Amino acid sequence: MDPTNRRPVYENSSNMVDPSGNFNPNQLYSQFDSGNLCFDSRMKQPLLEFPASFDNPTIQRIESAPFVNNQAMNWDPRAMLTNLSFLEQKIHQLQDLIRSIITDEAQFSVQPNELAAQQQLVTADLTCIIIQLISTAGTLLPSVKNTIVANSPPIQQLASIIGSTSSSGSNGASHQNKDFSSEGQTNKEYEDMLRDLSENGIEGIDPIQVEDQEVKDSEDGGADGENLPPGSYEVLQLEKEEILAPHTHFCSICGKGFKRDANLRMHMRGHGDEYKTPAALAKPTKEASSEPVLVKRYSCPFIGCKRNKEHKKFHPLKTILCVKNHYKRTHCDKRYTCSRCNTKKFSVIADLKTHEKHCGRDKWLCSCGTTFSRKDKLFGHVALFQGHTPALPSEETKVKEINKVEGVSTKSVEHQDVLDIKALDNDREYFSPMNFDSFNFGGLDEFPRTAFDPSESSFLFLPPGSCGFDQKNGEN
Amino acid sequence: MGEIGGAPFETLVLDLFSKRRDRLPCPSLRSPKRIRVEEEPSPFETLAEEILFLILDRLDANPLDRKAFSLVSRSFHAAESRHRRALRPLRAELLPAALARYPAVSRLDLSLCRRVGDAALGCVAAALRSTLRSIDLSRSRSFSPAGLESLAVSCAALVEIDLSNATGLTDAAAAAIGKARNLERLWLARCMRVTDMGIGCIAVGCPKLRLLCLKWCLGVTDLGVGLVAVKCRMLQSLDLSYTAITKKSLAALSQLHDLEDLAVVGCPSMSDEALSSLKQGFKSLEVLDVSSCDRVSHVGLSSILNSAPGLRQLRLAYHSFVTPSISSGLQRLSTLQSINLDCSHVTTNGLKSIGSCCTSLKELSLSKCSGVTDEGLSFITSKNKGLVKLDITCCREITDVGIATMTSSCTSLTSLRMESCSLVTSLGLRLIGQRCHLLEEVDLTDNDLDDEGLKSISGCHKLSSLKAGICLKISDEGLVHIGNSCPELQELDLYRSVGVTDKGVTEIARGCPLLQMINLAYCTEMTDESLRALSKCSSLKTLEIRGCPRISSAGLSAIAVGCRQIAKLDIKKCHDIDDAGMLPLARFSQNLRQINLSFCSVTDVGLLALVSVSCLQNMTILHLKGVTPNGLAAALLACGGLTKVKLHSSFKSLISKPLLQHIEARGCSFQWISKPFQVQLETNEVWKQQLQDVVVR
Repeated sequence: MDPTNRRPVYENSSNMVDPSGNFNPNQLYSQFDSGNLCFDSRMKQPLLEFPASFDNPTIQRIESAPFVNNQAMNWDPRAMLTNLSFLEQKIHQLQDLIRSIITDEAQFSVQPNELAAQQQLVTADLTCIIIQLISTAGTLLPSVKNTIVANSPPIQQLASIIGSTSSSGSNGASHQNKDFSSEGQTNKEYEDMLRDLSENGIEGIDPIQVEDQEVKDSEDGGADGENLPPGSYEVLQLEKEEILAPHTHFCSICGKGFKRDANLRMHMRGHGDEYKTPAALAKPTKEASSEPVLVKRYSCPFIGCKRNKEHKKFHPLKTILCVKNHYKRTHCDKRYTCSRCNTKKFSVIADLKTHEKHCGRDKWLCSCGTTFSRKDKLFGHVALFQGHTPALPSEETKVKEINKVEGVSTKSVEHQDVLDIKALDNDREYFSPMNFDSFNFGGLDEFPRTAFDPSESSFLFLPPGSCGFDQKNGEN
Repeated sequence: MGEIGGAPFETLVLDLFSKRRDRLPCPSLRSPKRIRVEEEPSPFETLAEEILFLILDRLDANPLDRKAFSLVSRSFHAAESRHRRALRPLRAELLPAALARYPAVSRLDLSLCRRVGDAALGCVAAALRSTLRSIDLSRSRSFSPAGLESLAVSCAALVEIDLSNATGLTDAAAAAIGKARNLERLWLARCMRVTDMGIGCIAVGCPKLRLLCLKWCLGVTDLGVGLVAVKCRMLQSLDLSYTAITKKSLAALSQLHDLEDLAVVGCPSMSDEALSSLKQGFKSLEVLDVSSCDRVSHVGLSSILNSAPGLRQLRLAYHSFVTPSISSGLQRLSTLQSINLDCSHVTTNGLKSIGSCCTSLKELSLSKCSGVTDEGLSFITSKNKGLVKLDITCCREITDVGIATMTSSCTSLTSLRMESCSLVTSLGLRLIGQRCHLLEEVDLTDNDLDDEGLKSISGCHKLSSLKAGICLKISDEGLVHIGNSCPELQELDLYRSVGVTDKGVTEIARGCPLLQMINLAYCTEMTDESLRALSKCSSLKTLEIRGCPRISSAGLSAIAVGCRQIAKLDIKKCHDIDDAGMLPLARFSQNLRQINLSFCSVTDVGLLALVSVSCLQNMTILHLKGVTPNGLAAALLACGGLTKVKLHSSFKSLISKPLLQHIEARGCSFQWISKPFQVQLETNEVWKQQLQDVVVR
């Protein structure tokens, strides 16, 4: 089994938690897989029967109470066998990997971070095996089965983290570990997780937590604005890496990633005629089931965030896109800086583009220095705060000109006795600099504009065309 | 102090006046005075300044009186300088000197100065730093935001600025005004480039604003008005006519508890829906103007009227239809005193319902309304017997019946305007004078008025304004009655009343010494005799003798010498008036501001003499055969205060362009007329015939 082929597969959680209660082996299988996030393409084939699974990279689910209890003893020995043979394969794989490490060590001097990466890989695979083993065993214990993976957060966390790292780790193995130097130090965490896993996992369940979650749901009243009653929707939570992953859809054959499932389907056509059938090209529809599908809401993985399900006043997010944008906006660095104003920063590139559309234009300025993109916002601000006033651009120029006026006024008093025309000439002399009107409202003009209105000046005695400031001075 | 020395000083004042009056006609005023001062060293010098101030307080508005006062002695001159509070200079160039002489001026009216630069404003700001309270720049140009700012910053006492018609004014200027913290009254009519930003600066900067006029400020929207409503809580009067405001502004304004006067004339988005959406009304509103709002019907009107219980004055001009439904809004307005329905379509029932709702009306204007019948007018006037002012101009359906009932109910009318009520006969018009003895202002232009009617009107002893133009039946006989019994007459319009001759005018001039305005245009019988008689009316300010071909320079000279206050003169088509008439005008009529010289025989000489009148602002010079381009150019150049000149377009190419541009730059605008010279003058009969044809059609 080639580790480079491994990549995360995102499963629709509705398959994992089947409200109808038909717990068939495929579902079970998929459940494990999504928990581990590492399996190969061959093993995955049966999963393609659930085409709707691409949209929901779900690792965790919170089940509402009604669904916890049933899941009777319909244990399928064949499924168990499949699982066990999968485990066997997995162990062989791991053996090969470790063997190769040993030989590598003998032949080349291995760099420390490369080694760390390999260790990580091994750790991840081991975790995977352990979890599957537990799950397989869990199918034999009906009362435990549903909670063992779902409701023990340490396991989930571990599984998700490991799953994602192992997937990138497998890429790293072929591409000379790009990212691993940074993630090396998390090994310790994994060990802790493993310890947790062994404790919780072996003990199996933490029923108190389940209750906790239920209580919380009922207390919070669920989603904002929609009035979804608590428990009427399921809360899904993506992990950080998945949220930040550039692609959410992957080709099961060549592994290429896509942002949209439609693009993936277009891509799949290249892999053979079976992908060109109208059925394969059609948009995957929700599986027709007699039971109503549970509404899905999302939780932000950031602990303490209001959008995190642990928060007391939890407000779920509606779609995956909401999750992505929320996480980037709230919990990530603002990496994109507006090239025009060099001050505004954004973490979502679409926000930057929206901003750039009217950056620099329509700048509504308050005397306190705050700028607004909209006039009504500025006026609301001014109305609210005492002493604030709408500010026009180029305040400094105005002050300068005032000083000029004061100089002029004294001069003109001295010259009051001169003849009419002469006085006008003097006026002009004094005034022409002032007629450089730099008060263009709104600052739309980049350059100061001469607002010398010919009809307003007495100078037009001079030949036409002398309205230009320089020329006038010259003629004097 | 007033009690102690009251009586003797009073006599002294009278004495002073009588002396002044005696001396006034004498052209050489100065020499005898100097001698007098030398002979009697201190009869006036001993007077305390307080006493001089008391005297000055009692002087009337006539500028010549003040001038004469200040020429008495040095101390009088100084007292007058310190006493003067209001100044209306003719030229901005003279401002520094004028302000140096009058340091206590608080009201500065620059409406005569076309070109007021920043230097002038800076000078005002420096000279009147603590005293200036009011400045009028409504006719001025050439100043910039910087000048306004120097004014607003330096003059802390400034409470009133009129910046109307400053179409070039920008937000920067508005921001400068916003620095006048104590501003209470501000007019920005037609400042079309001012936007919400500028208004916002004013609203924040001038929290004491009580009056704000934003008429025609097309850049102002709800945002600016909303901010004004938030920041200027003391606002009492607001004019938002012809702006783009919507109901949002109204909602914001309804928060103002002192708002008394609101005008939303011609606001395109004022509709029934906008007015109906006002839940909280204008409790303090007293005057409302919703003229020319096409989309406002009785529905919106009644909702806004219900919300304004204290309304006293309502203007609804150009309202589409006045029907009984209007009464639903008016019913609760028992306090309504004035209603204006100009140019609306009125139904008889509509008028009746108004009459039954409003019984305390003092003023009613139905000018140019269609559909005003005898029945409607009779009903509304019988319900409002206290009516003081009535305007039924061009209500062409009214007959003698309506006039009869109206005059019998409204005996306390002081003002009646009924131009062109063509169905009313001379019999009906006689009733007016017989029944309404308190009339002060009567407009009977283009009616069937005859001498009997005039005789009855002469019973109104307080008559101050009589317009009897185009009344072809009146003659000297009627005017004799007016002249004999209306000593307070100030305005007389006899335009094209061709039956009037010198005799009538002489009687008027003799009996009405207070006459200020007389229009004798196209009274072709007039001769110099009339003007000689009128020259006795020393307060005559406006004289129109257009188209009186028998008047010559001699008559005009008499006017020039006798009526020193003459300010407006129309001598168009008086062919006999030539340079000889201009010379005395130039010598004596130092208050002349407007003159129409077209078709006279004046030449370059007369024109050049005339322009030495420093007040001259407005001239119409068409078809003067004796005027050459050079003479005209010299005249234009010599007259520095010109603001408006009408010239024949043929001169446009003959006068050098730079010269015209220079004169324009001084604040003068030219109007070029290209009408050809009319050789044959139309007679009054022809004109009247033409007029009737138009009416019939």
